[in-house]
Amino acid sequence: MKMQRRTTLWTGLLAAAAGMALAIGSGVAEAKTFKWAFQGDVQTMDPHGLFETMTLGFQANIYEGLVTRTPDLELVPALATSWENVKPDTWRFTLRKGVKFQNGNTFNADDVIFSVERIRSEGSDIKVVAGLIKDAVKVDDFTVDIVTPQPNPILPLQLEIFYIMDKEWAEEHNTTEATNVRGDDQGNHANINANGTGPYMVKQRQPDVRTVLVPNPNWWGQNDSNITEAVFTPISQDATRVAALISGDVHMAYPIPVQDWKRLEDANGVSPLTGPEARTIFLGFDQDRDELLYSNIKGENPFKDQRVRQAFYQAIDIEAIRKKVMRGAATPSNLMVAPQINGYNAALNDRLPLDVEGAKALMAEAGYPDGFEVTMDCPNDRYVNDERICQAVASMLARIGVKVDLLAQTKSKYFGKVLAQNDYDTSFYLLGWTPSTFDSHNPISTLMSCREDGKGAFNLGGYCNERVTALADMIQTETDQEKRQTLINEAFKIHSEEVGHIPLHQQPLSWGVSDDATVAQRADNVFHLQYVTVK
Amino acid sequence: MIAFIVRRLLQSILVMLAVGFIAFSLFTYVGDPINNMVGQDTTLEQRQELRERLGLDDPFFVQYGRFLVNAVQGDFGLSYRHRRPVSELIAERMPATLELSFVAAVLALFIGVPMGVYTGLHRRGFLSQVFLTVSLIGISLPTFLIGILLILVFGVMSQDINQAIGFSLLPQLPTFGRGETTQIGWWSTGFLTQSGILALILPSITLALFQMTLIMRLVRSEMLEVLRTDYIKFARARGLTNRAVNFGHALKNTLVPVITITGLQLGSIIAFALITEQVFQWPGMGLLFIQAINEVDIPVMASYLIMIGFFFVVINLIVDLLYYVVDPRLRADKAVAGGHQ
Repeated sequence: MKMQRRTTLWTGLLAAAAGMALAIGSGVAEAKTFKWAFQGDVQTMDPHGLFETMTLGFQANIYEGLVTRTPDLELVPALATSWENVKPDTWRFTLRKGVKFQNGNTFNADDVIFSVERIRSEGSDIKVVAGLIKDAVKVDDFTVDIVTPQPNPILPLQLEIFYIMDKEWAEEHNTTEATNVRGDDQGNHANINANGTGPYMVKQRQPDVRTVLVPNPNWWGQNDSNITEAVFTPISQDATRVAALISGDVHMAYPIPVQDWKRLEDANGVSPLTGPEARTIFLGFDQDRDELLYSNIKGENPFKDQRVRQAFYQAIDIEAIRKKVMRGAATPSNLMVAPQINGYNAALNDRLPLDVEGAKALMAEAGYPDGFEVTMDCPNDRYVNDERICQAVASMLARIGVKVDLLAQTKSKYFGKVLAQNDYDTSFYLLGWTPSTFDSHNPISTLMSCREDGKGAFNLGGYCNERVTALADMIQTETDQEKRQTLINEAFKIHSEEVGHIPLHQQPLSWGVSDDATVAQRADNVFHLQYVTVK
Repeated sequence: MIAFIVRRLLQSILVMLAVGFIAFSLFTYVGDPINNMVGQDTTLEQRQELRERLGLDDPFFVQYGRFLVNAVQGDFGLSYRHRRPVSELIAERMPATLELSFVAAVLALFIGVPMGVYTGLHRRGFLSQVFLTVSLIGISLPTFLIGILLILVFGVMSQDINQAIGFSLLPQLPTFGRGETTQIGWWSTGFLTQSGILALILPSITLALFQMTLIMRLVRSEMLEVLRTDYIKFARARGLTNRAVNFGHALKNTLVPVITITGLQLGSIIAFALITEQVFQWPGMGLLFIQAINEVDIPVMASYLIMIGFFFVVINLIVDLLYYVVDPRLRADKAVAGGHQ
């Protein structure tokens, strides 16, 4: 009897609970959780802390800049609704009205001015953008003039990753300077907390473990995604990441090793999502020193001879690299920029033909009929199949008598050796480059100009042509787009003719996506949640 | 006794100093942290400025000295990568590693010892042969391979296998991460949620397998040795039950070497959990350390290495103290020695 009463009581309670659940359930849309994994974590939540593709791309879900890009990399308005070049050195941005930060504060011109100050602070890694801005002037609450050090026709293109932070929030939390690896605690609040204007908000953040985002209900834009929660996990091991995708633990994982594409195609419910990345992989030579650091040729530098560089170029079978090393997924290139980059010119992109005999003749003509020995520096965990590309190049060069001693090492060791701080300690190297501005001026200035006046920072081999260097400056300030393209063409042409570097290919993007989800892949490997839908 | 403990703790300081010295002398060879800390467009001057601010141009012993001076004051520096205090990072990760190590150690002991006793008593039994063969796998396969095999079987293939044979033989288990954790003070535990416990299964088995087989083989050989001794024969002659002989006399006398090895292995479990942690993306100290190596995060590497040095010293100390508990002869010797004075 007593037993029975208790049962009834329980049944009643349960029914009530079920009724409540039903009532709540009918009120909101069905919960859709999207889970994804990348090989590393977002390094910081501070939008001005680190200039890194993954970190900035992730932050773009939370923070916004004045402008942004669509999945096709088209530049579109974000926190600014329009912009115009009012004077050669001044851009006027009209700001969007009615935008709220996630803490409820209103966005206005003061926040833009403040953010310019913040990217100039000591710990900021967005100083590159700061260098483009001489002054930011508030015209009224929703108009800002940005004055550049010299006329800059492409400033809006360069501002996508300049994210705006709320001035009041930063002051309240004592984080008015960018997160700094050295020094006081300034910036540390923004390092682990976020308050942007973007379509998503941080719900939970455990560095290196998980980061949970939820949609921002007050976002000014139209969010077409149906996800109600997004969980991000870094998984560093390739095998574990691929397994997590195949077993259905995550909807999306990247990067997927090229050699695992077949596995994903064979597995149920997942498939690889690939496309050409905007990153160009190329080889470079030390053309600066009078004697190579790592070669058996003493007293002279064979790479100063254009014929040797061309022989190297024509000895490399790019089709074999594309087919065997990259599994057909690379786009061979003769330019140092990808098609997505402003200034790319398809007419200049035809590669010199593969010609081993011709290459041998060129070597003989240059005085090295028997070739020579040279050490090649190569990263082994930075680009898609980087070490394998280097191995393939080494075996191809053996055919013209060049004996390559390959030094492939982890990225910290590799960059520590070959970059400027170690006095460009290399004779022959492989490097990859995505212009952060999506404009050709960046590689022409950074990779192809003589190493002077802050240019040529990643021109590790010291390729130097005064005309190209002069062109870099002209391209920077030329506001007429047509004239500008002519200048870019000239720079690319000279560089190609002189074989300043050997461009190899644009590497593939390699994502793995569950059939339950659709995502938009950007050519710079950036992933935005607002283009995700989950079944 | 207290003098003994104090002496050992003092020795531990020496050990940690030495570990730190060796660590810093090696950091010169792990690569350059600067390129990982800044974007590609950062200028040379800004890179050089950052390098100077971090003191990376100083000789290693100067860097070590600076680290020590700060560490003595309880400041282990800021992680280059996370830009947060290292002590905070390690405290955050420690529960994950300790829980995993604890479960692995318990598994190793509570499965390894009985298996060792069994194989020692039934030397030619069929089951003993099976145990010994399986233990060969545990001892010869490297940890990361066992981990990846477990992921393959229980994460990727389990559904297909179950479908193929028509019933669910293999459970599908989580293959990465810790699942949901519960915060108790500063300690985050995975023991209180279902997903937390499920997530523990594969990594703890991976981590325990080697120790388990080691303990089993050790207990077995010790048992075989002890069972041959005279006092066991006498015990049997006195008509004691098998149980009393095997467990009360034989097993107890095998425990001194077992405790030594288990204790030392506990240190290894904690220190070498990093491989298991990497395979299973287990958010513990080992993963933190491996990522620190990749990014050349010197403050994290230094603090972790020195702390692991300290762990080993403390564990050795505890092992030495346990001898007193298990082995009455040691206590007796002391008493006799005391009597002479």
